[in-house]
Amino acid sequence: MRTNDVMLQTATKVVTFIILMFAVHIFFAGHYTPGGGFVGGLLTASAIVLLMLSFDIETVNKILPFNYVTMTAIGLLLAIATAAASIIFDVPFFTHAYDYFDLPLFGETSLHSAMLFDAGVYLVVVGVTMTIIQTIGEDE
Amino acid sequence: MSNLLLFPIIIPLFFAVILMIFPKRLKLQRILAAIGAGVTLISAIVLLAKVDADGVQAVTLGSWPAPFGISMVSDPLSALLVVTSSIITLFVVFYSFPTIGVKREQSYYYPAVLFLMVGVNGAFTTGDIFNLFVFVEVLLMASYTLIVHGGEKPQLRESIKYLLVNIISSALFVAAVAFLYSVTGTLNMADLAVKIPQIEETGILTVIAVMFLVVFGFKAAIFPLYFWLPGSYYSPPIPILALFGALLTKVGVYAIMRTYTLFFTMNVGFTHELLGIIAILTILAGCVGALAYFDVKKIIIYNIIIAVGVILFGIAQLNQPGVDGSIFYLLHDMLIKAALFFLVGIVAVLFGTTDLRKMGGLIKTYPVLGWTYLVAAFGLAGIPPLSGFPGKLLIVQGGFEGPQFWGSIVILATSLIVLLSAVRIFIYAFWGEPVETVPLKGSVFNQMFIPTVILVAITVVFGVGAELFMPFISGAGEVLLNPSIYIDAVLKE
Repeated sequence: MRTNDVMLQTATKVVTFIILMFAVHIFFAGHYTPGGGFVGGLLTASAIVLLMLSFDIETVNKILPFNYVTMTAIGLLLAIATAAASIIFDVPFFTHAYDYFDLPLFGETSLHSAMLFDAGVYLVVVGVTMTIIQTIGEDE
Repeated sequence: MSNLLLFPIIIPLFFAVILMIFPKRLKLQRILAAIGAGVTLISAIVLLAKVDADGVQAVTLGSWPAPFGISMVSDPLSALLVVTSSIITLFVVFYSFPTIGVKREQSYYYPAVLFLMVGVNGAFTTGDIFNLFVFVEVLLMASYTLIVHGGEKPQLRESIKYLLVNIISSALFVAAVAFLYSVTGTLNMADLAVKIPQIEETGILTVIAVMFLVVFGFKAAIFPLYFWLPGSYYSPPIPILALFGALLTKVGVYAIMRTYTLFFTMNVGFTHELLGIIAILTILAGCVGALAYFDVKKIIIYNIIIAVGVILFGIAQLNQPGVDGSIFYLLHDMLIKAALFFLVGIVAVLFGTTDLRKMGGLIKTYPVLGWTYLVAAFGLAGIPPLSGFPGKLLIVQGGFEGPQFWGSIVILATSLIVLLSAVRIFIYAFWGEPVETVPLKGSVFNQMFIPTVILVAITVVFGVGAELFMPFISGAGEVLLNPSIYIDAVLKE
């Protein structure tokens, strides 16, 4: 059916990496400035969807052999674990910890446990979006 | 500050997530689902003991100060409801082993049940009206999965209706929350209870209160918003039906109970009278349905609607016997509805049909099942000393003490109809000419029957030992009638 998708495929090979890098940037920008796991996850999912559109689901599944449901579960687990860590320290649920560290190359950086929670959100969003799209888009 | 009250929410969530990783491992799914529901029940009981000993428990998430962060509050009412819903989920998990089918079990059935438990327990525990919306969405998401689970034709048809009704009511919910926020400037329930009496324009608040009644009325299935319930609940298999019938409408009832006692009390003459009238109409509408059908599932489903009306009538009276009675009846109704759905599920499996006219004579082959059903049916109708009686007695007393004494008369009269509708199943299915039954292995029958009998036994204990439970019930009623206890626990922790 698709006879002339050279343009799309060539562009995708470049654009996908730009989107993925931007996703990482947005993910780390979160918490203090707009961004975070949810948007980062959506961007990542959109990059994968672009790949699926210009190539096909089988090829993409070969390069990215993930079980997206398991990915969702792991993301949820990470998020719950971060939030539940507050129970061990006997502070109200969801209380986060953060501090400033001097890291090489980055200089003074704020490390925040909310980032771990956000990583969980990121995995959940990618997992759920891809599960939905695969379920709708798959041919028997 | 105590994180204990979050355990009944976190534990099922944790187990549900774990179960998502290996959907095909049947044995492990069953064992972990049972352990998850069991541990949740234990944590709920510990929480109830703690609330009983130390008073209302509250925690505001993320260490934010109280009106700004999301507060979770466990007062006696919410602790009792969390315990009851955990008991029911545990028994539904046991009842699911022989009935739900391997194919369903291997496609995320148990995770969905546990996610539903997260939503239900969360909705009972939250102290923030927007967070209530979030937990209601959590339980709705799980219920969407469950209602369509298996993908049979009637399920697909009814799930569209169910989705549509719930999406519309959720949209209304958000709109109502936004209105409330624009008028009061807060969404913390305790803070609302402080701010609302200070606002002089009660007109706009009355409108918002009625909007919330419509929103929660969709979930609780009050007249005339119950139209979606009989069809939607009819389509999924029995364990899911038991879970829905016992828990989902009760979240709506609880939300009305909470909001109409804690802060929507500025214009009782209008809102609570309206609630009382709607409650009576709900009872009457339910009675018509319960008598009209020859289908065992439909009869019990319409009894859900009747019970919703009875509970809400007690709340509308806003006096001590009425509120106590509502709480007792609410707990009773959750347990007895689950037990009755289990029982009619067994009957339906034995006859291979849910049509009463094609049944008969089961008392000769399964006498114990018959007598268990009769006990449950009497409990439903409220024959003393079974569990339906004390709650209904208090509600009727509350009605006679208030202005709506005619409502009490309706409740008394309709009790006979409830009895008739439940006994009709007994007469058709257990008496009469024996009809050929589907052969059922003894072990399978026992797997279905044992959880059922234990659940019926719990309701009998709850009714006969009502004196034992009354301190908890009246403690819960006291917090509902004196919002200051609730407010102090949240804002002055």
